[in-house]
Amino acid sequence: MSGRVVVVGAGPAGMAAAIGAADAGGPVLLVDSAAGPGGQYYRQRAVGRRTPSSELQNRLTSHPDVTYLPDTSVWALEPADGSHLLRLQTGAADAPGRTVRTVVAAALVLATGAYDRALPFPNWDLPGVYTAGAAQALAKGQGIAVGQRVLVAGTGPFLLPVAASLVAAGAHVTGVLEANRATAIGRTWLGRPAVAARKLGELASYGVVLARHRIGVRYGTAVIAAHGTDRVESVSTARLDLDWNPVPGTRREVAVDAVCVGYGFNAQLELAVSARCALTTAPDGGGAVVVDTDQRTSVPGVYAAGELTGVGGAGAAEAEGAVAGAAAAHQLGHGTGPTSAQRQLVARGNRLAATLAAAYPVRDGWRGWLTGDTLVCRCEEVSYDELSEAVRTRAATGPRAIKLTSRAGLGLCQGRVCARNTAELLGVPLDHTAAAGRPIAVPVRLGDLARTPLEEQ
Amino acid sequence: MSFEIRVDGAPVAAEPGRTVAGVLLALGKDSWRDTRRNARPRGVFCGIGVCFDCLVVVNGVPDVRACQRTVVPGDDIRTQHGAELPGTGES
Repeated sequence: MSGRVVVVGAGPAGMAAAIGAADAGGPVLLVDSAAGPGGQYYRQRAVGRRTPSSELQNRLTSHPDVTYLPDTSVWALEPADGSHLLRLQTGAADAPGRTVRTVVAAALVLATGAYDRALPFPNWDLPGVYTAGAAQALAKGQGIAVGQRVLVAGTGPFLLPVAASLVAAGAHVTGVLEANRATAIGRTWLGRPAVAARKLGELASYGVVLARHRIGVRYGTAVIAAHGTDRVESVSTARLDLDWNPVPGTRREVAVDAVCVGYGFNAQLELAVSARCALTTAPDGGGAVVVDTDQRTSVPGVYAAGELTGVGGAGAAEAEGAVAGAAAAHQLGHGTGPTSAQRQLVARGNRLAATLAAAYPVRDGWRGWLTGDTLVCRCEEVSYDELSEAVRTRAATGPRAIKLTSRAGLGLCQGRVCARNTAELLGVPLDHTAAAGRPIAVPVRLGDLARTPLEEQ
Repeated sequence: MSFEIRVDGAPVAAEPGRTVAGVLLALGKDSWRDTRRNARPRGVFCGIGVCFDCLVVVNGVPDVRACQRTVVPGDDIRTQHGAELPGTGES
């Protein structure tokens, strides 16, 4: 056997996969769209004094058998004769004149991660409304707080480190609103004491930061509207019932200049779809790549690791990456494959993912936060009324018909932000494969394509 | 260490490693594009290159994600209006 392992994505899963495959003795190519390895979790300060690198980053950058290609995105992926062709572009983001080339992956590890799920609410398209991940990326990477008076709202433990990062970047965080009830969350953790014991210590450390800055976490509460003309000036919060319907009489207006929202995550599935990997519905309701205990997908030679296979956080992603890297190298004749200890860590990560999904569900009541003029699709500026009207008058039922009649999901982000929300609003099942099918995974400038022959290197 | 770039025609000092979004937010701007249909202001939303809300014109080329692009000396950054075509400059 010959050829190399190609890993896409240099977050915790991708870094662990590259190191795992290289430790087994296989040559590894690691491609990532960012300027440095780390992904979202291990993002380092890019401006001024660099924050310390993690052990994973140190091992990766010092490994002689890993070729690391930063500033490189995979704009297309095609199966070819038992291997896969990856169309890469390298250079400054979205600039013309990037280097376009094709590489062959004898074994491929997809570790493309996830992005925040944002739920629509009136005026969520105003500047000053950010995803929690945006606030985190700007605080960690640029040292910038997205506002001076900031409210953090949504569900899940990720809201806590985001609030802590905002404080570190100099913002006054007026509060953290967790939409789920403390009793429901607590019950879920208590029912899984082994999982809780490992995770709650980490969460407690953020709790200490919040307490020191007198930032309260309010449970069973959400931001249900933003207000302002050309930017956010205030938001409306409300207590929620167990199904997330606002409780009458609990609506309050809070003056803020930024609000950060996060309701879990959506996996970045387009390359997995291009590779024809079978998908399933993860415990949190989002799409996920089906993998076996070696992180093998349904497609021979393609492995998936990290949030792509179900959202479990950085530790779970790293465990999956180590297994995927070892398995991919073994397939090419290097090393002895994943160990049972490594597989046990993955199983532990899967239990955490299931616990997180159970403790922090997104409940249907959010659909009642929208008004008729609330945008559902931000890119094509399709309001809830327009979406409903298009579906009703033109009897659109399937996802493609809904898209073509309403234009929701046809815009710049290609449905990444709205597809799951649109399906839930209309009560139609989400076809994960169709929703994430993007043969051109990221924009590529035609001039760059025209200049470059497409044969592999 | 800092160098000069231009933002909507005005000279601005930027540090190495700054993204376009970082420069604009540090200047106190939180929107730099208006939408095609309703001409509504947009800036950063997802912050990690997924949502394409933060598009901006860099060196005459539209549709650059401000959150993903790192500035280099001499960059000319300009507000983007609606759907701009590459090379047409003004909308």
